[in-house]
Amino acid sequence: MASAPSSTPSAVTPGAIHLPDTARDLVKILVAGPFGVGKTTLIDSVSEIRPLHTEEHLSEASAEVDDLAGVREKTTTTVAIDFGRISLPGGVVLYLFGTPGQERFRSLWDEIAYGALGALVLVDSRRLDASFDVLGLVEESGLPYAVAFNAFPDAPRHYGEEQLRRALDLEAGTPMVTCDARDANSSIDALLALVDHLIDPGEAR
Amino acid sequence: MTGRPAGRPLVPAYLSTGGVARPSRPQLERLSVLARSGEPVPPGLPAAELALLDALEGGSLAVVEAAALLRLPVSAVRVLAAGLADRELVLTRAPIPPAERFDPDLLKRVADGLRALKHT
Ligand SMILES: Nc1nc2c(ncn2[C@@H]2O[C@H](COP(=O)(O)OP(=O)(O)OP(=O)(O)O)[C@@H](O)[C@H]2O)c(=O)[nH]1
Ligand SMILES: [Mg+2]
Repeated sequence: MASAPSSTPSAVTPGAIHLPDTARDLVKILVAGPFGVGKTTLIDSVSEIRPLHTEEHLSEASAEVDDLAGVREKTTTTVAIDFGRISLPGGVVLYLFGTPGQERFRSLWDEIAYGALGALVLVDSRRLDASFDVLGLVEESGLPYAVAFNAFPDAPRHYGEEQLRRALDLEAGTPMVTCDARDANSSIDALLALVDHLIDPGEAR
Repeated sequence: MTGRPAGRPLVPAYLSTGGVARPSRPQLERLSVLARSGEPVPPGLPAAELALLDALEGGSLAVVEAAALLRLPVSAVRVLAAGLADRELVLTRAPIPPAERFDPDLLKRVADGLRALKHT
């Protein structure tokens, strides 16, 4: 997605990502989900900047239970948190933070979630249980959320909506959409399901 | 920041804040906005502070963007930016207070803006 070219290109590369002069209200939404569910893909499909990332340090306690890829760190471990940005008309700049949902990321989660509008929880319907942790974190943090099922080609097609809601134990009224994270319009629709829910939480879906 | 090899931090994270552990003002957030103040850069600034000022040359950045560009942890950029703000070399703007984030007008601007992006 192309962004408006900066009127005064800077000599340094970062000039490409400076905030537009019209930027007023910076807000964020978490794009949360387990590994490989499509967080980066969704952010990439809608972001005006190439997704950037920060290296975040996890506490030692977290590191000790880190058995990802069989690696056990003794001291600290880092996780890359990627993010993208959408400048909207009217001075709003929406940031999307790709947030891993594992329980061991809790302290990092709390910090990133602070002040967020809500969370779009990505779920891979081939492995619903991989999303249980993230749903727990979202509900505990009190963030409003919507669920987006990523459309993977070999996903089971015969889940009904009620079946999925029950399997995920979703709070009543939680918006649920299917989404192809590779497609910008589809990703925007998923974000809109969340934002419309924020505007009118009572709206039955 | 030009000519810096990619993939390697500019300054080791533990050195970047010169041993200062705590910022001197209310904690800057990921989405606090940083901008140059226009004050001339005094000689002798540490490399990490110069790098941050350099990144802000020509426009403002959120804290998290500066951290990504400088390959520093967000916590380190908070400290650097707070120190530069104390010396009036950097201006900071806090994000909207959490209590105001569900303002219906703001949410509507987000929704309308997203709708306007579709099919473009
Ligand atoms: N068919 C299909 N493939 C997708 C979709 N979303 C993501 N993928 C693919 O799934 C793979 C993983 O996507 P990522 O975006 O890297 O997932 P992630 O959640 O960022 O993963 P981690 O950062 O490792 O936690 C990539 O190969 C994507 O192309 C989708 O909606 N449909
Ligand atoms: Mg990713």
